[in-house]
Formats: sequence, C-alpha cells, structure tokens
Amino acid sequence: MLTSRTFVKRTRAGAVVKVVREHYLRDDIACGAAACRLCTPAGSGSAPGLEARPSGPASSLCPGPHFLLPDTNLLLHQVSASGTEGRVVETYIEQKRGETSNDRNDRAIRVAVKWYNEHLKKTEDAEKIEVIFLTNDNTNKEKALEEGITAYTCEEYIKSLTANPELVDRLACVSDEGKEIEGGKIIFPEHIPLSKLQQGIKSGIYLQGTYRANRENYLEATVWVHGDAEENKEIIVQGLKHLNRAIHEDVVAVELLAKDEWVAPSSVVLQDDGQNEEDIENEEEKENILKTSVSKDMLRPTGRVVGIIKRNWRPYCGMLSKSQIKEARRHLFTPADRRIPRIRIETRQADTLEGQRIIVAIDGWPRNSRYPNGHFVKNLGSAGDKETETEVLLLEHDVPHQAFSQAVLSFLPKMPWSITEEDMKHREDLRHLTVCSVDPPGCTDIDDALHCREIGNGNLEVGVHIADVSHFIRPGNALDEESVKRGTTVYLCEKRIDMVPELLSSNLCSLRSNVDRLAFSCIWEMNHKAEILKTRFTKSIINSKASLTYAEAQMRIDSATMNDDITLSLRGLNKLAKILKKKRIENGALTLASPEVRFHMDSETHDPIDLQTKELKETNSMVEEFMLLANISVAQKIYDEFPEFALLRKHPAPPPSNYDILVKAAKSKNLEIKTDSAKALAESLDKAESPTFPYLNTLLRILTTRCMMQAVYFCSGMDNDFHHYGLASPIYTHFTSPIRRYADIIVHRLLAVAIGADSTYPELTDKHKLAEMCKNLNYRHKMAQYAQRASVAFHTQLFFKTKGVVNEDAYILFVRKNAIVVLIPKYGLEGTVFFEEKDKPTPKLEYNSEVPSLTVEDTIFHVFDKVKVNIMLDDSNIQHQKMRMVLVEPKVRPKIPRTILSFINVKNHHVVKWKFNPEEKT
Amino acid sequence: MAGLELVSDAGFRADGRRPDELRKVRARLGVLARADGSAYLEQGNTKVLAAVYGPHEVRGSRSKAPPDRALLCCRCSSAPFAGGGERRRRPPQGGGDRRSGERALLLRGVLEGAVLGQLYPRSQIDVHVQVLQADGGELGASVSAAGLALQDAGVALRGPVVAGSAGLAEPPAGPPVALSDLSAAEEAAGGPRLVVATVAGSGQLALCQLSARLHQERLRPVLDAAQAACRGLHAVLDGVVRASDPLGDTRTLPWPQ
Repeated sequence: MLTSRTFVKRTRAGAVVKVVREHYLRDDIACGAAACRLCTPAGSGSAPGLEARPSGPASSLCPGPHFLLPDTNLLLHQVSASGTEGRVVETYIEQKRGETSNDRNDRAIRVAVKWYNEHLKKTEDAEKIEVIFLTNDNTNKEKALEEGITAYTCEEYIKSLTANPELVDRLACVSDEGKEIEGGKIIFPEHIPLSKLQQGIKSGIYLQGTYRANRENYLEATVWVHGDAEENKEIIVQGLKHLNRAIHEDVVAVELLAKDEWVAPSSVVLQDDGQNEEDIENEEEKENILKTSVSKDMLRPTGRVVGIIKRNWRPYCGMLSKSQIKEARRHLFTPADRRIPRIRIETRQADTLEGQRIIVAIDGWPRNSRYPNGHFVKNLGSAGDKETETEVLLLEHDVPHQAFSQAVLSFLPKMPWSITEEDMKHREDLRHLTVCSVDPPGCTDIDDALHCREIGNGNLEVGVHIADVSHFIRPGNALDEESVKRGTTVYLCEKRIDMVPELLSSNLCSLRSNVDRLAFSCIWEMNHKAEILKTRFTKSIINSKASLTYAEAQMRIDSATMNDDITLSLRGLNKLAKILKKKRIENGALTLASPEVRFHMDSETHDPIDLQTKELKETNSMVEEFMLLANISVAQKIYDEFPEFALLRKHPAPPPSNYDILVKAAKSKNLEIKTDSAKALAESLDKAESPTFPYLNTLLRILTTRCMMQAVYFCSGMDNDFHHYGLASPIYTHFTSPIRRYADIIVHRLLAVAIGADSTYPELTDKHKLAEMCKNLNYRHKMAQYAQRASVAFHTQLFFKTKGVVNEDAYILFVRKNAIVVLIPKYGLEGTVFFEEKDKPTPKLEYNSEVPSLTVEDTIFHVFDKVKVNIMLDDSNIQHQKMRMVLVEPKVRPKIPRTILSFINVKNHHVVKWKFNPEEKT
Repeated sequence: MAGLELVSDAGFRADGRRPDELRKVRARLGVLARADGSAYLEQGNTKVLAAVYGPHEVRGSRSKAPPDRALLCCRCSSAPFAGGGERRRRPPQGGGDRRSGERALLLRGVLEGAVLGQLYPRSQIDVHVQVLQADGGELGASVSAAGLALQDAGVALRGPVVAGSAGLAEPPAGPPVALSDLSAAEEAAGGPRLVVATVAGSGQLALCQLSARLHQERLRPVLDAAQAACRGLHAVLDGVVRASDPLGDTRTLPWPQ
C-alpha cells in the first residue's frame, strides 16, 4: 500500500514549496515470534526473532507466558532493568488533526500491542501467549486499559517479578513521587526549552558549548564554546545557581553576564562535602569566598547556564555515602570523578553496598533538588581491592578491556603459523642482515628492530624494521574493528590492556630473536655525517639476531673486547644517532622532562616493593633517534603520495600566555626564559643553570612540559598546520609501534599502498572517516594516559601503605591562593599542601599573583623553593585514599599554638581535605 | 541533509522500501495525439512525458545531417512546477537550464546507441522529454520514457531502452548497502549515485554515469543494483508495451495495475 504525505514548507528565501513524500506501507514483515505460523520466516537482514515460548522471569501479576512490549520512553530510561526485548511492528495510523506527534506515537504503540495480541491468538498454540504493554505514562496506560490491552507501569511489573527483587533498585526513578518528599523549595532556575535555545543561539543571545566542571572547585566550571569565534572561547560559570544542574561533558547553552559581573578563575580549592542537603545558605557563603577582589585584567568572560542542549551522562563509578539515618533508603553516592556531583539513589541494600565500588546512572535532576537523582546499576567489588580498583580506573577512563570475543579471535592466523610463498610476494628477504632489537627489560611486544652496515661505497646502510601488523589485521574485519575501537595498548603498573590479541602482540608480530618475522622496513643510505642520501621502504622478512635490553646494548657498545657484527652495528647506530640528535636540537627540538617512576613488583603478590625514577641511557636515545627519523621519512612519503588523506601527527605551538607561569617562576630565580620560538626556548633552558641548585634545570623542564599543548593525530586533507613544535619537524607521523597504536597500522596501510605492496580500501581514502578515526584515537590516547597516571597513583598509595611516615625533600612547583603544589623528585610524586582549615581560624594568607608567591604568617613560599615534607598514606576515606603530606621545614607558625598540617593528593588531584593533627604540637 | 539515515536498523529506507526495491512504476504509450510516438512514465513521484517526431526530413541546415544515418535531436526540459532541484532563477527560455541540457546530451548518447540509425539515412528524429514532477532519478526516467516513446513511434531499435539508478548507504554499524532507484531525498543525502542505461535486448550498457567518488571495491554491488533496477523496470515496461494496441488509441485503456 502506498500513501503520500504532502506538506507545504517555506524555503530560506521565503518561497513556499509543496513537498510530497511517498510512504510505502509493508505487509511482509514477520511478527518475529517463533511459534507463529502465519508469518513467513523473516527474510534476510531482519532482527532476530522472539523465542518460541517466552521464558522470562515469573511474575505474580501475569502468571501465563507473555511478551513484554515496552513504551519507547520507558525503554530509553530503563535499559538497565529490562531484559526482555520487544519489537514494534510498523502498524501505520494516520495522524489525527490536532494530535501531537508524541500522542500519535503512543497510539501507534497501542495499536501495535493490539495487533500482536490478535495476531498471536491466531496461532493455534495450546497455551495462549499474552502481550503486555509496559508504560510509565499514566494517561497512556488508562487509554490502553480502555482499549482492552493489558498494561502495567514498569514499576508494577518489576515489583511483581518473584525471582529477583534486587531489580527494583535498578529502576530509574522517574516517578513524580520524589517531588513531594523533597519539599517545594526551588533551588535552580528553570531550563529554557530547546527550541528557544536554538533561536537564542542563532541570534547570538546564548552561546553553545561543552560544559567542563572544575576538578578542584565544585562551584566553578568552564564552558568551551563551539565554533571558531575568536573571543569568548572559554566562559567561566561560577556558583551553584549559575551552574544550573549542568554535569561535566554536557552540551549547554550559556548566557553571558554583564561585564561588571565578570569574575576571574579562582585559585581556591573547594570540595563539596556537605552531608546535609538543606544547607543552601552555607553554599552561598562558600560562593562568596570565590568573589575576592582581583585585578581587572584577570577577569574573564563569565556566564550562566540557561539550558541543556544535550546531556552526556554515562554510568559513573563511585561509592555510597550511607545516610546516617537508620533504615533509610535514600543515600548519597559519591562518584570517583570529582567533576561529577554527588547523586542521590534509592536502595534497600545500603548495608551490603557500603564499602563497595558501585556503578550508578543518573536519571534526572529536578529543580528543587540539590543533587541529581539516580539508580544503582552494578556492584564492582570492595574498595581498596587491587582488582576492583583497576576495574574502576579502567571504567572511569573508558578503556575497553573485555577479553577479545570469539569473532575477533577467529581472524587470527591459525597456529602453527609459518611464512608461505604467498606472503613472500612484494617482500624482500632481509634475513641475512644483522638485525637486532633494543627494548626495556621484560618487553614482550617488540615492534622495532635496527641494523646498520657498511656498504661498498664508503656509505652506511641503516634500516629500521617495524613489525608488519597490517599483514595480519586486514581492514574491515572484526579484529580490525576491535583494534580501532581500543586505539592503543594501555600500560598499567601491573598489567597491560592489549590493543590486539596476545598471539599477535607477543608472538607473531613481536620481532623476537632467531625467528623469521614479517616486517615493514625503512632503509636509508647515509654518509658518515648522518646525511640521508637515499630512502627506501619495503615489506620484508627479517630474522633478528638478538633482542637486547637498553643496558645490554649499552654494555656491548662500551665494552672494548666485543667486536662481533651485532656490536659493530650498534656502535654505528649509536654514532649516527648522536649526530642526528645534535642536528635536531640545533633545529630547535625541545628536551623536556617529566618525572616518571617505575615500580618493582613483588613477583608473587604483585604489590609494589620499590619505586624508582626511570633512568635514561644513551641507547634509549639511540633507538628514539632512529624511530623519529623513520616516522619523519614515512610522514613525508605518505603525504607526497596522498596529500588528502595521510594520517599525520602534529604538535601545535602553545599560545604565549601558557608560558607566563614559567617565565615568572624563572624570573624569581634571576633566570631569563625566552619563549618566542622553540629554539630560543630550548637554548634558554640549556643556559638556565644554577651552581647551587642543580635540580633547578630539571624543575624548569618539568614546568615547561606543563605549558605544552597536546600532540594530536589529524588527517592531512582536513588541516593545514602540520608543524610538530616539540620535535621541530615540519611533518611527523607514527609508524614505529603498530602493535600498540592503531594510528601506526593506518600509516602502514597507506605506505603499503604508496609502494604498491597492497591495495586501498574504501575507508582509507575517505578523509572524513579518517578525521573521525583521528578523533577517536586522540581520545583513546588521552584516556590511556590518564588511566596510566591513575594506576601509578594507586600503586604509590599501596607502596606507602607499608612504609609508614617518610620524610623527603620536595620542591614547590606551583603556588596557589590557599595552597602550594610540591614535587618529590625521589618518587616523582606531586601533591597539594593546604594552609586553610574549615571552622578554625585560618592562618594569615597573602597571595601575590605577580611573583607568584604565598605568604603564610611570616613564611614566604616561592616557586622552586625547597621544602621538607612527611609523606604518609591517609586511608580515612576509603573512596579516595590519599597521600598526606606534612610540611616539616620551613615551619609555619600560626598564632594558635598548633602546626597546620596539610593533606595532599596525588598527581590527579583526587582529594582535597584539611584538618589539624592534634598529635603534633609546637 | 547531513545525518539522514538512509537505511534504518530494521533494514528499511526512509520511505518504507527495502534496499533493492523499486518505486511504483506506471506507464502509458501514445498519450499525445499529434506526436508520432509518445509515452508517459511515473516512477514514484517522478513523472516524465516523452514525445517522438519523425523520422522526417532534416530541417534547417542540411549540412549537419550525416549522410548515412539518422540525425537524432534530443531536447529535455523541466516544467516550472516540477519542483525538486530543477528550480531556476529565470523563466524557461525553450527549456534550457543546465541540468536539462546535460540530460539532453546524455540522452542523445544513449539513443544513438539504441536506434538503428542507418535504416533512416538523411532523416531526422526528434525526441522531446519533459519532467513534470521531479522526485529523484529524472535522468533515468527520461531515458526510459524516451525509449517507450520510440517504441510507440515504431522506430527501429536494437532493443528496448531502460535506465535505472542506484546509490550506496553506509550505515554507522554494519556493511554498506546498495540502494536501487534513489528518491530525491536519498539523492540529496550526498552519497554516490550511479545511473545505468541498458539496451535490454542486448544486455549492454548504453550509459553509465557516476556522481561522487566511489571506491572501486564498492562499484560492483552498486552496478549490480543499478542493473537489477534496469531489469525490474524492463519487466514492467515490457508488459505495458505488449498490452498497448499498436494501431488503436490507448488513451481509453485503464491504468495497468
């Protein structure tokens, strides 16, 4: 049957156009029930059918077998509760005059239920199968009952399920009951409806942007405005009412405030720890803390959230803060991510959930509620447990970590695997070369190997051989899709979340010694001045002669007695690498520092037993130099071949204002840092030495690292700034680690096409698809980095748990309004020390943003000052165990006869809390 | 129309069709009394009228007439009320907007391959096609309608000419699907569009026009879908031709259902 929809619409130019759309109504869709004999089995491509005999959990409301047909809204809100699936048949009804489209949909669903019921009656089954309509809309339910349809609200139905009572907890609380209990006090202004928001955005009254809550201050957030407008890119929102129920990552509309209401980003650290929900007055007090007077030039555009365009809620990990009232069913849930507000949930299992890590989903945030409402989803395990904590940090950082599915594993090569004739096509046999690999100890995914030899004409041949992962991962199959989803391998302290299955990562792709392996080689002819004369790329087959650690390689180079092929090759490489590095630095490449630590694990318990900062050897830089060179050569090649869709990596130059803090800090030590170009910066960093303070240079480099922008992948057809600031290279990409980075696999495929060793496929030559992939890869890399840091933080805590109190030297990295951030070089540990306390007279604090410095009573703190702190683990709060630091030297003497103790949090700024330590008296 | 889903999760297109399903086709021959041959063709909401005059003596300058075969003059136009993308700023001057001009050129190419021109030396055949309503696939419909009108006029052909179109939908999840017979909304989505004309008797391609880039791996399914569309259309049109009375006036016949 064919119907036409006709409507008249106005074009942008004002003309009126009549639009006629056809609509084909079908009579060939099967109902999906396996027991049904009326419908022909569903054709190809249709959804999987319903079971022959519905075997859902027994319900006291409807004892017979039944199908559930949930309302669309219901399904949207309750995915975590419903297990039975319903399929709405396209039962067409004409839209009635004056009926809204929502009502029409409701009616369509009711018609569908009716049709299903009548249809299933026709099947001559002994037992009648009933179709039950689930809806939360009361009028809809009434109408359904009028029409003779069995209908229940979701709550009624779930409560009637006799088998699993815990499902009730998972019901999203969308019922209206909540309001009555809260009391009528309205806290938040109303959200403006979407249609008005869009009008407002178009006319420029409102700005659309992504809402990013402040990690350190729950009353402040930044909105990153979408679009390319130069001014008002970043809008500050301050105060509970102005934040107006927006949650981190939401897309919101903001209205700019008048200029005289603008504020500066506060440097105060505030944590929402009020147990009582009603103390709104208290909040206002706190808000006033933010509005301390600041100089005019610090003021930034300030606004308030007027409406939500798109919520970006996800299930959140965290812990239950059990209500003090006994037998209470409403509790507050504290998410692990401090940018997410606390969530009120209703549960009867509070006792079992206490002390456990749980997942909670947000359902809504009414105007009269201080906190959003949510429901319990899943229990992960007890807090502090290593397994649970790892699970939490993987979930919180959105790292896909499930075991590889059967579908993915089915695309792995069959074992025993060997190289066939077919594989040798387009491949060069390089097994005769003395290739070796140099990696950190214990590395099982070796993705690069090197060789260097003299060739007849007095020149050197240098080769970088990279595991040929793209040979095993073919585009478009399940294995490829899983890898692109993961994007990168994530290295945690005690385990590795692989991007590709272990068979590939640790065996077939890993360039282990004395086995034939497939590789992608980049071979240069160089003279002894390390100038490239010729570059060649080829797929190859190699046989590594040795897999060395950095230390072993260093030993071979240094030892005078060893003169075998491998050692000679290493010496040649090392000599060239030094020249390459010198050239690179002359070009203005930066050498930056960031404290990195390595844990020594107990082999049995996997508990950290020692902690040391990573040490860099000459051989580290040797391997790095050649990897950089290969990456640059490949980037040039793929860009020449595919100017529109080469996957490259860029590192934008930071805006000059980023360096303010560095320049000021250096000035306080009478040093000058030039930041007008990367080269100037590198040179002034080299000169910035203090004979009395050898660690200063490293500190400056750490601080410089913090000023940098993030390097990102991008598609060459979508951008025109290719420069890599940190490496001072006009073009760069990632080619050398395909086992652990997906970007490298794409680069391998592009290069293979460029040299005619492989063919393209549709997605590879689509720049929009590539740009989308880059976005995902950048996101995954960022999250992997955060997960890594969180893992280090957690292991640091485990380490200090057994250590007790440790006294260490520390340096001040940043000075804040009410705190200082210190770095302990020995452990690469960073934390914040506070000088304020709730409900107690605060010490006299004087913050000078120009120097910057902080004066606490009579002690002045500058950036880079050396202090002494006591470090210990504070586990009074299980959710956020934290490193506590006590300032030992210099002693701050407040007017009251007690020492202020301060608590610090580890790197990711998980927790901020402060209190007096009554034990320690002056 | 960014973000338009060409194929739903259940595997249906926006207008309820399956990917390989054509729109409803209706056709009639001999709709114009004064033309030597004429045809009216509907493919969904795309409606096209074709008229054939000739073969007759070459008009105008005789020098452009080839001595050994017929001269084919094709003219395409679009009614001012046709809608679709055929709107133009100036009122039509003898039907000369750019798209219609392009269509006429392509049509002539197809017909030169289909008409046995050497049977009509030093003569001229005029083919006029007008789009009455545009809803996607105007080129294909024009070719098919012209083919019908030529048959109605009794011009010798290698075989009946039909044209079909196909595109490609790339759902966010799942493999790409070839779509037969694109509607205007689907064409506007910006994906690739392939128009193929076949001389059905010989099974050869008389036209193959692809707009937008398409990877060669994906060409085969799209080409297959377009050819399948041609076969489907041919089956329907063949029935229409056989049902029409070659000597009588068909205007009184009921619509074939």
